[in-house]
Amino acid sequence: MGTEVMAQGTMKTVFKRTSVMKDCPTHYCPGCGHGIAHRLVAEVIDELGIRERTIGIAPVGCAVLMYNYIDVDMVEVAHGRAPAVATGMKRTNPDKIIFSYQGDGDLAAIGTAEIIHAAHRAEQLTVVFINNAVFGMTGGQMAPTTMLGQVTATTPEGRQSNGQGFPLQISEIMALLPGAVYVERCALSGVQRIQQTKAAIKHAFELQIEGARGLSLVEVLSPCPTYWRMAPGDAMKWIEDHMSKVFPIGRLKG
Amino acid sequence: MAEAAIMAGCDAYFGYPITPQNEISAYMARRMPEEGRVFIQSESELAAINMVFGASATGKRAMTSSSSPGVSLMQEGLSYMAGAELPAVVINVMRGGPGLGNIAPSQADYFQATRGGGHGDYRTIVLGPASVQEMADCMPLAFDLADQYLITVMILADGVLGQMMEPVSLEAKPRRKLPAKNWALTGAKGRPQNIVRSLWLADGALEAHNNKLQARYREIQEKEVLCEEYRMEDAEIATVAYGIAARIARSAVDRAREEGIPAGLIRPITLWPFPSEQISRAAERFPVFLTVEMSAGQMVEDVRLAVSGKAPVLLYGRPGGGIPTVDEVLDRIRQLTVHGKQTVA
Amino acid sequence: MAGKVVIDAERCKGCGLCVAVCPKHSIEISTESNKNGYYPARATNVDCTGCSRCAVICPEGVIEVSREEASRIRAVAATIRTEAAGLVEKKG
Repeated sequence: MGTEVMAQGTMKTVFKRTSVMKDCPTHYCPGCGHGIAHRLVAEVIDELGIRERTIGIAPVGCAVLMYNYIDVDMVEVAHGRAPAVATGMKRTNPDKIIFSYQGDGDLAAIGTAEIIHAAHRAEQLTVVFINNAVFGMTGGQMAPTTMLGQVTATTPEGRQSNGQGFPLQISEIMALLPGAVYVERCALSGVQRIQQTKAAIKHAFELQIEGARGLSLVEVLSPCPTYWRMAPGDAMKWIEDHMSKVFPIGRLKG
Repeated sequence: MAEAAIMAGCDAYFGYPITPQNEISAYMARRMPEEGRVFIQSESELAAINMVFGASATGKRAMTSSSSPGVSLMQEGLSYMAGAELPAVVINVMRGGPGLGNIAPSQADYFQATRGGGHGDYRTIVLGPASVQEMADCMPLAFDLADQYLITVMILADGVLGQMMEPVSLEAKPRRKLPAKNWALTGAKGRPQNIVRSLWLADGALEAHNNKLQARYREIQEKEVLCEEYRMEDAEIATVAYGIAARIARSAVDRAREEGIPAGLIRPITLWPFPSEQISRAAERFPVFLTVEMSAGQMVEDVRLAVSGKAPVLLYGRPGGGIPTVDEVLDRIRQLTVHGKQTVA
Repeated sequence: MAGKVVIDAERCKGCGLCVAVCPKHSIEISTESNKNGYYPARATNVDCTGCSRCAVICPEGVIEVSREEASRIRAVAATIRTEAAGLVEKKG
């Protein structure tokens, strides 16, 4: 009964930064999706009360410094190898909650074999896959998920299918694998989209907590204002209007 | 080797099929589940070493085994584990190279193992067993060394040792007193978060980290050298060899002795840390050294470094899976004495 | 019901996403830069309902939102408590 009765009622905090996010600024560019995605992962870990038995794996890419931001036991691993590292961890520590957080270069380029085989073996893991259609950390090169016509440091004329191939649709591929029990593609392109993304991430963690026999992957379409050369607001719109046509948003499996 | 690993408390084995070491993974595939431990056949050696990375990062004893081409795929992982100070055991049953090479025995991965095939200044402890018994004994030693110095321990066997049948006694050996793994990722319960990483971006941080590792490597060099000498007391010609090549050289030494030629053998067991001191001391007494290797000559360079010009160091090496015979080695020894005491290359 | 938004001006990077999503347009970009050289968002809290849309989209997680409870409900609850306490004393 600590709330004193004030003349015009009391202010109740309705939104506060989760303690699973460490109290420090991030190195991300203004309007970068990583900041939002980190927060969602941290909030989910907080709400599920699993901070003390969760181990996170940071990729090589813009999010390599994730261990500075999320207050759980974390490891930074070689580019693309997170699913293999996660496998080694989960198999020897079945009671721990293991998640890997990877970008499109990490997961869909150099680490394709690792993610496919982690699902192929039905590893009980949670994978948060940030698709911003570009290699951010190294200066905006083409990623496997770069869209046709999209200009990047290595597709100066815009990506051409002859010679540079087609955007890689990871979620669709993963959904084909029996070992993947839950695959959903979400986006950070608006408040409601972000809430859906959080729900998907939460579901992916819950499946692992419940011991679902297989891998959960949440693909998150995420803005990269710097290398899309757009203002943050426009980047969000670009996801909604353009990116989601190439990468349809929705729950593909489980 | 595999059973010895299990007895040494190996929690997890990750491997990919490659001749001539498939017996290890086949054995582990059956035995590890029996012990309630982890066995995974991975999608590649590259994935296997990263699974070892993961298990080790949580404080478990993890290992993998492969052969030369597969071990080449592990070099990135080995460098990352060195940077992240993670213990691990890796067996390389060496085969003929380079490239796909063949499946005959070889010792041509000596440089890769002792110099480090990955990027950056790092070392791995490298053991060179010469018998099935010694291979078994290497396992508990390897896991202890790994946990004590937070380092990868690589065991270099070869196609012959890999296929040999020899009596082995497998009694459990007491573990060394090992440091607690407070750094391990076990979930931040009742303690601040642990971070396992090899990334050190802050100004001067990586250099400091390297200096710390180098100090640890110096400590290993001082304390952990293992080397065996055979009939060296009155020898005048010193052969130097490890692994199967040492068994061959040993027979050649015995045969030479029967012909009145005072030959002896120095057998490094730890290839890194290399027994440079012993060899350097031996160089005070011996006019000539003959290194016997199943390669185009790699360990010979370490011998030359140790001898540092005090005596000629000759090589009898057969690359590409060639196995020196006792007669060939004996013939080389004879040549060294035909020219009298002063030996000529 | 009035709401209140607090934005950590030093950590904000002025990306403007909160400004765009605020249904009441009660957040603006400040004219003074913070020590990192960004022009941070500034909450005017005019007509703010505490809906938290700004906080949900903030990539830096530096927006805290609070909302005023319906003042009438609070007052009624308070009177019930005081009467109940009185009854207990009389009976006790």
